[in-house]
Amino acid sequence: MILGDIVAAIGHTPMVELRRLAPHPGVRLFAKIEGANPTGSVKDRIARAMLADAVASGELQPGQTILEPSSGNTGISLAMIGSRMGHPVRIVMPDNTTPEREQLLRLFGAEIVFSPGAEGSNGAIRMAERLADADPSVYMPFQYGNEANPRAHEEETGPEILTAVPEVDVFVAGLGTGGTLTGVGRALKAARAGVRVVAAEPLPGEQVQGLRSLDEGFVPPVLDQSVLDDRYLVSNRESVVGVRQLIAEEGIFAGLSSGAALAVALRVAADMDRGSIVVLLADDGSKYLSAGLWDRDLDTLETEMESSVLW
Amino acid sequence: MSRVRIPPVLRETVGGARELEAAGDTVLEVLDDLFAQHPALRERVTTDGKLSPFVNLYVNGRDVRYTTGLATSVGPDDQVILLPAMAGGSS
Repeated sequence: MILGDIVAAIGHTPMVELRRLAPHPGVRLFAKIEGANPTGSVKDRIARAMLADAVASGELQPGQTILEPSSGNTGISLAMIGSRMGHPVRIVMPDNTTPEREQLLRLFGAEIVFSPGAEGSNGAIRMAERLADADPSVYMPFQYGNEANPRAHEEETGPEILTAVPEVDVFVAGLGTGGTLTGVGRALKAARAGVRVVAAEPLPGEQVQGLRSLDEGFVPPVLDQSVLDDRYLVSNRESVVGVRQLIAEEGIFAGLSSGAALAVALRVAADMDRGSIVVLLADDGSKYLSAGLWDRDLDTLETEMESSVLW
Repeated sequence: MSRVRIPPVLRETVGGARELEAAGDTVLEVLDDLFAQHPALRERVTTDGKLSPFVNLYVNGRDVRYTTGLATSVGPDDQVILLPAMAGGSS
């Protein structure tokens, strides 16, 4: 099959059984490898959907600048797809992520505006909103509030999972915008009663937590909490252990949130006698190489990750 | 006694402590013990006797809203974590 453009290669990612990591014979564990998307993450799906929507509705005009807060993956996807459509792309990103993200964003032609790293993703969101208010000529897809985000997963990712693993009992994914869990969750629940949707939530480092105030608590509008059946907090340490298990046991090179999702999937699996779990691995490991997730001392890494934004 | 992690944003109400010990067999009892020790904490964590919508509470990493809520049992070796509800970080 020949595709006319790299954007057409988004989606239809592989489903791989994790035979070595499944804790006991009654429970089958499957991984949806979203790192196989063109820019290496699940975010290609929502970037394509959000931009297609914006063009169709007239919100995005030819040549208009696209502005978005992102700690990496969504920005990279928007940069790749947006540039191909002829739009300048400006990404607001915390200044303490890994250098690979900056390199990839620039490779795909994006301009980067750095937000204070200590404020985490929410700081990037606030800065992007200020920039958009000050310059009404930009178009901001805003993945946290854009219905095309969960819809891409409801219409594409979810059905792909059902085709590959029709007997799915549990779906596990990392919680960021909530778009993946909401969209896939809706698709699975519509097709199969009793499916459980489980979120893996990152435990933010103290410094990132430090600037959070309860009064401005932010629950992303695209997250439909009624779709969730369970929610686990995963430490950076557990996430790193997870990415190491993925490569050592299964040969899968995946990013930090995938390690967190795996940790939760294994925890859920340990409580099941039989059934099938699908865990979504949101990105590949290439943007984390400089962080040394695979080879550095775990205690050193843990201390360092207290002050960084890696997913 | 179980250990309860206090997020930075709530530490001013508990004299700066990062972690506190509290007695109780359920989340409700543990919180009541905490509120008895640090009364200013109550209105920041609960609204009308329920967890405030912008606070998440986890027992051994599991969000109690999706299990048995304030009735969730807490063992002496369990860790309780309070966190402001937030976007996960995203990518």
